[in-house]
Amino acid sequence: MKPIWYFVGILLLTLGVIILLTGAYSLAYPPEHQKVLASYHPALWWGGIMTIAGLIFFLANRKKTVR
Amino acid sequence: MATIGLSFVDWLIIIIYFAFILGIGYYLKRFTKNQEDFFIAGRKNSSWVAGIAFLSANLGALELLGMTGNTYKYGMYVAHFYWIGAIPAMLFLGIYMMPFYYSSKIHSVPGYLKLRFDEKTRTLNAIGFAVMTLLVSGINLYAMALVLHTFLGWDWDVSIWISAATVAVYVTMSGLMSAIFTEIIQFFLIWFGLFLVSILGIVEIGSIHEVFARVPESFGRLWATSADASQNGMAVTWAGIVLGLGFVLSFGYWTTDFLVVQRAFSARDLRSARMTPMIASFFKMAVPFIVIMAGLVALVLASDPNSGFALLKDGGQINYDSALPLLIQRYYPAGLAGLGITALLAGFMAGQAGNVSAFNTVWTYDLYRSHINKKASDEHLLWMGRVATIVGIIISVGTAYWAKSFPSIMDYMQAIFSWVNAPLFATMLLGMFVVWITPSGAFWGLVAGMGSSFTLFLAVKFQWIDPTVITMSTAASDMAVNFWRAWWAWVICFVVTIAISLFTKKKPKEELVGLVKGLTSGVGEVHVAFVKTPEFYAILSLIVLFVLNIYYW
Repeated sequence: MKPIWYFVGILLLTLGVIILLTGAYSLAYPPEHQKVLASYHPALWWGGIMTIAGLIFFLANRKKTVR
Repeated sequence: MATIGLSFVDWLIIIIYFAFILGIGYYLKRFTKNQEDFFIAGRKNSSWVAGIAFLSANLGALELLGMTGNTYKYGMYVAHFYWIGAIPAMLFLGIYMMPFYYSSKIHSVPGYLKLRFDEKTRTLNAIGFAVMTLLVSGINLYAMALVLHTFLGWDWDVSIWISAATVAVYVTMSGLMSAIFTEIIQFFLIWFGLFLVSILGIVEIGSIHEVFARVPESFGRLWATSADASQNGMAVTWAGIVLGLGFVLSFGYWTTDFLVVQRAFSARDLRSARMTPMIASFFKMAVPFIVIMAGLVALVLASDPNSGFALLKDGGQINYDSALPLLIQRYYPAGLAGLGITALLAGFMAGQAGNVSAFNTVWTYDLYRSHINKKASDEHLLWMGRVATIVGIIISVGTAYWAKSFPSIMDYMQAIFSWVNAPLFATMLLGMFVVWITPSGAFWGLVAGMGSSFTLFLAVKFQWIDPTVITMSTAASDMAVNFWRAWWAWVICFVVTIAISLFTKKKPKEELVGLVKGLTSGVGEVHVAFVKTPEFYAILSLIVLFVLNIYYW
C-alpha cells in the first residue's frame, strides 16, 4: 500500500494551494474587514509553504509502496 | 463574543478533511485482513510512523486548548508537562520497558499483566482502562461540541453525531491502522494550522524577548521560583513537580497507558518499537512552541488595553480555554481560519479514534476472549473488534450527553489518570525489574493504590482533610494536589505490593523468562552502530531537555 507520507503530501498540497489562492485573491481584492497583521498576507506565504511541503512529500513518495 | 465567521473556503477545507479521512479508512480496509492487522496494524510500521502516532495520540485538541489556557494562568510552569513531565518517562519506556512489552508479543498492556502475574490482575487493569478510555473519549466529544458551539455557533447535536459517526466509520473499517494514519495527518495539521498563531503573535508583539519581558517575571521561569510554592502561580514546589509530575504521573502515563504504548506495539521490529518514544520525545519537546508561546502572547495582549484582546468570561469566571480560538479569530483570514479549525477538529477526532482503538483491543483480548469466548477464531475476533468500536463510540456519545447535563464531571476527569495509571506504574516497575514480586502482591497492591487515590480524591473534594496535608506545603493548587495524590497512590501500591509478595506464592522462574529483567538476557540487544541505537537518541534527547531547562531556569 502507499505510505502515509504520500497521503500527507496530497492533503498538504491540496490545502496549501487553496490557502495560497485565497491569499492571492485577498491581495487583489482586500476584504472589507481586515484581520490583525493582514498587511503581512499570512495566507499567501503560509499557503505557499504548505504547498511546497506537500509537493515534497507527494513527489518523494508517489512511487513508493510499503508492505 | 461574535462567533468565528467561516467563509466558503474555510468550509471547503473542513469538508476536504472529512472526505479525506473517510477515503483513507476505505483505502486501508482492503489491507485489513485479520485481527493482527486490525488491532496492532499488522506490526509493520516504521519507527517514524509509530513515533509520530505515539505523540499524536497524546496531542489532542483538548490538551492544546487547555495547555494554552494554563500558560495564560500559570506561565512557563506548564512547560514541565512537556519536558520533565514527559521526556524521562518516554526514554525509560524505550530503553528499559519496551523490550519486555514487545518481545512477549502481547496485544495490550493488560496482556503483559496476565503473563507476568495472573488473570485477575489483568482483568482489574483491563476494566479500569476500558472505563477510563470510554469516559475520556466521551469527555473529548463533549469538549469538542462545546468548543464548536461557543466559537463557531455550530449545533451541539450535529457536532457530536457527525464527528462520532466519522470516527466510527473509519476505525471500524481498518482499526488501529486508520487511527494511526489519521493521527499522523492530525500531527501535520496541528503544526501547520496552529504554529502560525505563535509566529504572528511574536510578530505583533515585536520579538520573543519582548514577549518574555512583558509577562510577570515568575511566568517566564521554569524552576527559579519553585523552592517556595507561594512564589509561583501553580502553587507547587520543585518536589511536587519532580515526584508527582516528573516521576509518577509522567511514568504512569507514558509507560503504562495502552493508548500511547499501543502505537509502539505496531512497529515492525524491536528496534523500531524502542525508537518510537525516542523520536516522539523530540517532537514532544517542541510542542511548547505552540501552546506556551500562544498562551504567553495571549497574556501580553490581554494586559495591553490598546490591543482590544480579552479572554471570554463565563458567569464572571475567565474562560482560559478561549485563548487559542480567540488568537485564531484575531489573526487568521479566510482559508487559514478553516485550517485552524480543521486542526482542532482533527485533534478532537484523532483523540477519540485513539481511545476507541485502544478500547476495542482491551475489550476484545483482555475481557471478551479471556472471560466470554476463550476459543474465538481469528475472524470472530476481527468481527468483535469492529462491534466493540461501534459500541464504544455509542457509549462515548452517551458520556458526552451525560457530561453536558453534569459539567462538573470534567473536574473528575482530571483525577482519573491518577486513579488508574499512577498505581499501575508501581506494579509494572516491580513486575519488570523484581523477580520475586507475586501475583497476589501485584493484585492487592493495585487495589490498594487505586483505592487510596480515589479515597484521597474524595477526601479533598468533600473537605474531609485539608489539601496541604497531601501536598506537605503551605500552598496547594488543584494541580499540586493532583501531583501529590499520584505520588501517594504510587507509594501505597509500591509498598503493599512488596509487603504482600513477601508472604505469598511466587511464580516459577521458568514462566517469567522474557518478562522480568533478571531472567532475561539479550532482550533488547541490537547489533548496529551506536549512533543508530535508541540509547544514542536517548542521550541526544536528554541533552536537549537539559539545555531547555537551563535556558528557561
